[in-house]
Amino acid sequence: MYTFPKRLKVFSLACMIIGLLGLTYGFLSAPSTIEEAIEMTSSDHYGETVSHNEGHEKDSNHGEHLLHKLQNKPWAALYVSAFFFMMISLGVLAFYAIQRAAQAGWSIVLYRVMEGITAYLLPGGIIVIAILVLSGLHFNHLFIWMDPEVVAHDEIIRNKSGYLNLPFFFARAIFFLSGWVLYRYFSRKFSLKQDLTPSNDISNHKKNFKISAAFLVFYFVTESVMSWDWVMSIDPHWFSTLFGWYVFASMFVTGITVIALITIYLKNNGYLDFVNDSHIHDLGKFMFAISIFWTYLWFSQFMLIWYANIPEEVTYFMTRIEDYNLPFFGMLVMNFIFPLIILMNSDYKRVNYIIVMTGIVIVLGHYIDVFNMIMPSAVGDQWSIGISEIGSFLFFFGLFVYIVFNELTKAPLLAKGDPFVKESKQYHY
Amino acid sequence: MSDKVIHAFYDDDDVLLSAVKEIVSKKHHIDEVYTPFPVHGLDKALGLEGTRIAIMSFIYGCVGLAVAILMMNHMMIVDWPQNIGGKPSFSYVSNMPAFVPIMFEMTVFFAAHLMVITFYLRSRLWPFKKAENPYPSTTDDKFLIEIGVGKNEKELKALIKKTGAIDIKIVEKPE
Repeated sequence: MYTFPKRLKVFSLACMIIGLLGLTYGFLSAPSTIEEAIEMTSSDHYGETVSHNEGHEKDSNHGEHLLHKLQNKPWAALYVSAFFFMMISLGVLAFYAIQRAAQAGWSIVLYRVMEGITAYLLPGGIIVIAILVLSGLHFNHLFIWMDPEVVAHDEIIRNKSGYLNLPFFFARAIFFLSGWVLYRYFSRKFSLKQDLTPSNDISNHKKNFKISAAFLVFYFVTESVMSWDWVMSIDPHWFSTLFGWYVFASMFVTGITVIALITIYLKNNGYLDFVNDSHIHDLGKFMFAISIFWTYLWFSQFMLIWYANIPEEVTYFMTRIEDYNLPFFGMLVMNFIFPLIILMNSDYKRVNYIIVMTGIVIVLGHYIDVFNMIMPSAVGDQWSIGISEIGSFLFFFGLFVYIVFNELTKAPLLAKGDPFVKESKQYHY
Repeated sequence: MSDKVIHAFYDDDDVLLSAVKEIVSKKHHIDEVYTPFPVHGLDKALGLEGTRIAIMSFIYGCVGLAVAILMMNHMMIVDWPQNIGGKPSFSYVSNMPAFVPIMFEMTVFFAAHLMVITFYLRSRLWPFKKAENPYPSTTDDKFLIEIGVGKNEKELKALIKKTGAIDIKIVEKPE
């Protein structure tokens, strides 16, 4: 059995407290009037040129817009991190279900790590939905289609209101989250039960196989719709047909990376002695492959829109390239070029510190990926990675660590009853 | 001059693998092993050097990428610039995203084809080549170890028998 080390517990609680302080500061320092908003940005170039050159009427219009952006900023920072950590856990759940449904032989020794990470899905998902509820109650203006005033003057959103309306939106959200969490609950239950039954009885394993296969069908439909709802609808005028896949690739690679990071962490602390470097090698191969898969989808989405150059579509990338140049192309370096070069060599994938180093870059890169998906339409050109962004990242990081490692203490770290456990222990590439 | 070799037959890949390990550990030199399919771990048991084809594959991929870049630059920018979708082909950089699929495909094409050709050359295989394996059954279900015989013929035969060979033949191999 694993015991939650005291130092890690303190570390995660400290992250949460520091993060909470940062977030509180972010919310308190958001401007409440137009004058404050203009004053806050008057030192930078953008505010100056506008106030000098434009007329009075235009100025107040601009000021109101600026105020909304700055008021959205701490909310958007909160939402990006909340979604990002929920997404990690959802990605791991998909990976876990694929291992189960494929009856994989190599990954049994990692099942408990994966189950630990998916424990975050319920709290993480509830937090994301809570933020969405607060948006629905107009505490913030992240989703402009939730504002009836905007919808009344916007024909494109009005035509979508059969789908984008609050009751249906939250019904979907609750349906998706409960479906995922139910699968997670039963799969964990059968997995623990299988350990306690004699080795000739694999009925729990079979049940797990069946529900995993069914879950994957459910997951790939709901994940796609979830990504339209929770991420894409923040730009209600714009759409991309492969967006669900794109978000999936992002969560899948981040999830696999986090499995590798936690496995190596536990192994370095003297646990998981049955995990050998072939398991790490396989996780490294997945990190490499899915990073390229992510790039393929990123580029497919980008190139078609860039080439077609249709005004209502291309604005999406124009704001990102003009206002978000560094994070937009920086994430391409972090999520594609860096893992491509480092993880290409077969031997490097067996070296723990290389996996950890690349893994941290991939995880941060995909945080920026989510940042790029949400920030441009929430705060426009007023983005920064400041106190509220770092604070919310730290808060959810601490929460994630606390919940995941707490779950790891609840069961033995080896799923010893699994019929493939011997194959997995002897796994050798 | 002719060489005397022992041909030891096996009918199972696991038995073969343990036999190879046994023979190598007794410091006998195995000339060649013929198998109907790749046996996992045999290369390590025989002490063969690791393959360098991965390095060649990387180099071929880089060549393919370079060819694609130069080719598209010549076709679309230098030789016959066209205005496609409101994107006039004045400069390579501003049209680059359109060429990425071609770069990718050429990288894969070069890496894959040149790797196969390299493999054939290194394995001395070409069309209409006469088969090197001494018995057609090694392409079906039999495994064969070929060991050069020195003065220790008897000892070697006893060792092979012990490792589970189903048949042993001594052959004069013409040079």
